[in-house]
Amino acid sequence: MNEYFILASILFALGVTGVLMRRNLLVILMSVEIMLASSNLALIAASSHVGNLHGHIFVLFNIAVAAAEAAVGLALIVIIYKNKKTENVDQFTSLHG
Amino acid sequence: MSSYLIYVALLSPFLGFLIQIFLGGKLSKTISGTISSLAVFVSFLASLFLFFEFHNVSFSHTLFSWFDIGDFKADFSVKIDQLSLLMMLVVTGISTLIHIYSTGYMHEDPLFSRYFGYLNLFVFMMLTLIMADNLLLMFVGWEGVGLCSYLLIGFWFEDDFKAFCGKKAFIVNRIGDAAFILGIFLIFSLFGTLEFESLYTSTLNRSPEMGFGLLSCITLFLFIGATGKSAQIPLYVWLPDAMAGPTPVSALIHAATMVTAGVYMICRLSFFYDLTPIVQNIIIVIGMATAILSGLIALTQKDIKKVLAYSTVSQLGYMFVAAGLAAYGAAMFHLTTHAFFKALLFLCSGSVIHAMNGEQDMFKMGGLKNVMPITYLSFLVGALALSGIPPLAGFFSKDTILAFAFAKSPLLWGLTAFTALLTSFYIFRALSLTFHGKLGNIHAHESPSSMTVPLVLLSCGTLLVGFLGLPPMFSHLFHVENLFEKFLGWESSLHLSGQTEWFLMGACSALVILTAYTATKLFSGDKAKVTALKNKFSKLHTLSENKFYVDEFYDLVFVKTAHKKAQFFWEKIDIFVIDGIVNGVGSLGRNLSILLSLIQTGRVINYAFMMFLGMILILLYLVKL
Amino acid sequence: MDLLLKHFLSITIFLPALFGLFLFFIPQSKTRFLKFVSLNGSILTFLMTLGILCYFTGTAEVQFVEKYSWIPLFGVSYFIGIDGLSLYLFILTSFLTPLVLLYVSPEEKKLKPFLILILFLETAMLGTFAALDLILFYIFWEAMLIPMYFMIGVWGGEERLYATIKFLLYTILGSFLMLVALIALVMIHHSTTGVFTTNLLKLYGTPLGSLEMWLFLGFALAFLIKVPLFPFHTWLPDAHVQAPTEGSVILAGILLKMGMYGLFRFALPLFPQASMAVTPYVVTLALIGIIYGAFLAWAQKDLKKLVAYSSVSHLGYAVLGLFVLNHTGVTGSLVQNISHGLATGALFFIVGMIYKRTHTKKIEELGGLASSCPKLFFFFLIATLASIGLPLTSGFVGEILCLFGAFQEYGVQGFAWGGETLINIRNIIFGTVGILGVLMGAIYMLNMFQKVMFGKPKFEDLKDLEWKEVLVLTPLIIMIFSIGVYPKLLTNKMENSIDHLVKNVYKYSLTTLSFPPEALGTSGNPESEATSKKD
Repeated sequence: MNEYFILASILFALGVTGVLMRRNLLVILMSVEIMLASSNLALIAASSHVGNLHGHIFVLFNIAVAAAEAAVGLALIVIIYKNKKTENVDQFTSLHG
Repeated sequence: MSSYLIYVALLSPFLGFLIQIFLGGKLSKTISGTISSLAVFVSFLASLFLFFEFHNVSFSHTLFSWFDIGDFKADFSVKIDQLSLLMMLVVTGISTLIHIYSTGYMHEDPLFSRYFGYLNLFVFMMLTLIMADNLLLMFVGWEGVGLCSYLLIGFWFEDDFKAFCGKKAFIVNRIGDAAFILGIFLIFSLFGTLEFESLYTSTLNRSPEMGFGLLSCITLFLFIGATGKSAQIPLYVWLPDAMAGPTPVSALIHAATMVTAGVYMICRLSFFYDLTPIVQNIIIVIGMATAILSGLIALTQKDIKKVLAYSTVSQLGYMFVAAGLAAYGAAMFHLTTHAFFKALLFLCSGSVIHAMNGEQDMFKMGGLKNVMPITYLSFLVGALALSGIPPLAGFFSKDTILAFAFAKSPLLWGLTAFTALLTSFYIFRALSLTFHGKLGNIHAHESPSSMTVPLVLLSCGTLLVGFLGLPPMFSHLFHVENLFEKFLGWESSLHLSGQTEWFLMGACSALVILTAYTATKLFSGDKAKVTALKNKFSKLHTLSENKFYVDEFYDLVFVKTAHKKAQFFWEKIDIFVIDGIVNGVGSLGRNLSILLSLIQTGRVINYAFMMFLGMILILLYLVKL
Repeated sequence: MDLLLKHFLSITIFLPALFGLFLFFIPQSKTRFLKFVSLNGSILTFLMTLGILCYFTGTAEVQFVEKYSWIPLFGVSYFIGIDGLSLYLFILTSFLTPLVLLYVSPEEKKLKPFLILILFLETAMLGTFAALDLILFYIFWEAMLIPMYFMIGVWGGEERLYATIKFLLYTILGSFLMLVALIALVMIHHSTTGVFTTNLLKLYGTPLGSLEMWLFLGFALAFLIKVPLFPFHTWLPDAHVQAPTEGSVILAGILLKMGMYGLFRFALPLFPQASMAVTPYVVTLALIGIIYGAFLAWAQKDLKKLVAYSSVSHLGYAVLGLFVLNHTGVTGSLVQNISHGLATGALFFIVGMIYKRTHTKKIEELGGLASSCPKLFFFFLIATLASIGLPLTSGFVGEILCLFGAFQEYGVQGFAWGGETLINIRNIIFGTVGILGVLMGAIYMLNMFQKVMFGKPKFEDLKDLEWKEVLVLTPLIIMIFSIGVYPKLLTNKMENSIDHLVKNVYKYSLTTLSFPPEALGTSGNPESEATSKKD
């Protein structure tokens, strides 16, 4: 049982590191997806451990939302790239106060 | 019938005012002047009828209810009694003459109808003041005449100085008015009424105040009001400047009528003043000091109107001395005779100024005697009356005051007599400088009849009015009663032996005549002697010529200081302190937000890191639990 | 017809807004028609308020009442009515608005929204004066801010943004405090009676115990900022200077009166003990304000700022008269309000007219206007005289009654001076300081008048007032004199309401509270509740 959670944690840490360290927008999006996947894994494992289907429903829902999110996110990235001609997040500072 | 006459007397000048203001521009000058003069003349006639009908009764008539709020009541009602009837006659009578005179004097002025409008409004306000049945209504007239005076002094407003003089008059008057209204407040708090009649009844069983009590406070405040309106120390400074107005205005407002309002008010409230001996003494001192000071200033003035202005201040001082001596009859008598001869003198000077095309410096005049005979003779009558040379008007009224002064203390008599000498000196100086000597290279001419007729009428008045109030020893001699005092109901309470009085009168008259003669000789002849005399007393002369620097002193001590305060309040307190706090609170918020916004770098990575950090913190918190 | 009579007051209040809505459908380009419609709307409103005046009987009761439940859960209702306190302010509002609309030039930029704002503002102002439900009042009160904000912010002068923000923040600060106090008041009423209500008449006399002072301060601060009382006045000069003439007139003529009205209607009768306790402090501030405003007006170089600071001074009298809490003083306070609305309104109109001709408001740059503009001279003169309180103008009536009131207050307490025991030294100070303000008024107004109107003409070919401008000023001048000569015109119908107010404040304030409120903490809750239950 623990193995699943350890794997999920590692995946999650990888995702976080990716979000924090990488500058490429696409890679950041992929890291976010990894984090989502890790949580899905943790949920499935917990669900089978507890023995009911709540976790499964949750995960299925998550996957659906993640798909939609990836579609919107990718579309946004394409538009940003078209406007700014770059994928480097350090260049996007228009929210600076 | 009677109440109808009251309305006519009071409202006909007001109607004249309305006509002038609303239709004035469309009327021709002749019609406009006639309407105004007629309006005042009708008022005079009405007063005359009222006089014959009511000269021995006293009543009040309510026009309408004015204030009636809680226990505070004041009606718009008029009081008809001997005192107000006398003043009404004097005011409307002299006003009529001056209106007629003005039609000639102001004939060239483009704002002719506005001038007459103001003049009519003045008469209305003055009548309100006189006829008022309560103090608040009196205050209406009191302020109203101040307003008219302001408008008329600054009538030629394109001249900055004249506009300034008008403003000065109004503001100095307002200082007095402020004290006056404070007096009204005190009276109301103390007696709960402002009507003269009920005030009189509530003072009946009071004994005179020994110390300086509340009643003294009231009378003193009212007297301060009077010093403003009647140009006494310390508020006399506006009157000489008021000469910036047209000369008929000086004659009417600043010599004959408005400035005597203070004396009238004290006589009206004599029952209060009788109860406050301390204030009475203050009045005597102030009146005497004013009389002497302005007499000294008048000695050296070059402007003919300034001489007359200071003379007015001085004569008003006389009236106050009389009022302070509780010789109200004498004060009112001097007021009446003064109204005649001072109006006469001013109108004469106006006639001269008119002839000289606006020149007012006496040293540039001279020798007008033959060119303007009527004006000259009238001026001479006025000067003789002012100096108190028998048997003209001023002699009787001044002598009565002198007698009362002697009864109080010989010193006071000495001072009043000294002032009489000053008076006679400066007025004959003015007369000689203007009319005697050599005719300069000027084209002067006698004034039109619209101006000379009032002069002649006023001269007659000046010659005759004195006989109305003969002092006791004359009345014994000729078996004629003192009509004036009998009419007013203030029988003279003077007990001097006949011999003393004859002696005083003789001594004073002889001295006055001597001074008049000296002055005439001195200033009619060559100017070298005058210059020599001037050099001999050069310091005194400069002091007097510069009016003892009172104006400068006031300006420095009061006006400049207060204005600096105003600047200080605005720039330091309002902008710096209050707005500083307000803006400070605002900018504090803004600076705080600027500080906080430093965290908002705009980089996604930073935000993500923050989020992560937050998650960890929450986790730690949960774990610890 | 029946409907009209039944809802007469509501219709009067919402009529301007209806006309405002109608304006939306008129194209921007038809300027004359826009003006015609809006003017007629406001005149119609004025006529309806005259109807209210005619049918108003001079009793103390609230009349023309309309009441409908609105949010029953919290007892909020649509509850309006008119009594002697609000009657004349109500009429003043509908009287000034047509004049303002008449003054608006058809060439004004963005005319349509301007007119619409003025009409909506009128509805909000009328509603504020008529509302008898706290929530309804609050809504109208806040609704006034919006049009005013835009009027200054869009049509204002060069520093309009600073002025609008200052104006808004000052007022909103006050309003929020009032809202908090309002909710607290309703909650306390609920906890003592078990009924939720925001009906003002039912809330009168709620025993509040030691909280009364805090609630009073919450309400009073909102109103005193609006008056404005020294030292909360600094928004006023900025707002006035930046506002367009129409805005200045409404601001000075009506909006400032809201503050005074709020004190009359809410602060004093709801919290009588607290009002009695703070009287010396408020009166002191009012006296300071009178003198301070006058001094500041004297130092000003800008015409509008001068008039604005003179308002601080004049409304000081109104606060003074109100807080001495006797019949004369309170009447004087109301009259002073009306009179200030008329005189200062006229002055702002005149300043606007001068600006239109000379394009400057700097006193130093003006001069000699009297030579070429005799009509302007007369109107300006009369407005100036009314402002300095010359007898027979309305200003005199207001000031003299306020000062008389101040002089009567405490008149019964012993003070021995020269054997008399009738007059308190405090009265003499009140009176003297107040009188000093009157004196100062003459100084700064006449100083300004001389510099602007007299002297050598500095401008060539100035046009005198047009008939339209004369039409704007004449009603104001007529009212100034009418009130001055016959003050009963106003005082007759307000007498009973004022009597009622004064008596009520005294009735509920038999026990006295201490001030400042910090001292309350020591006295403890139960005690003060016990004392307040006595009455």
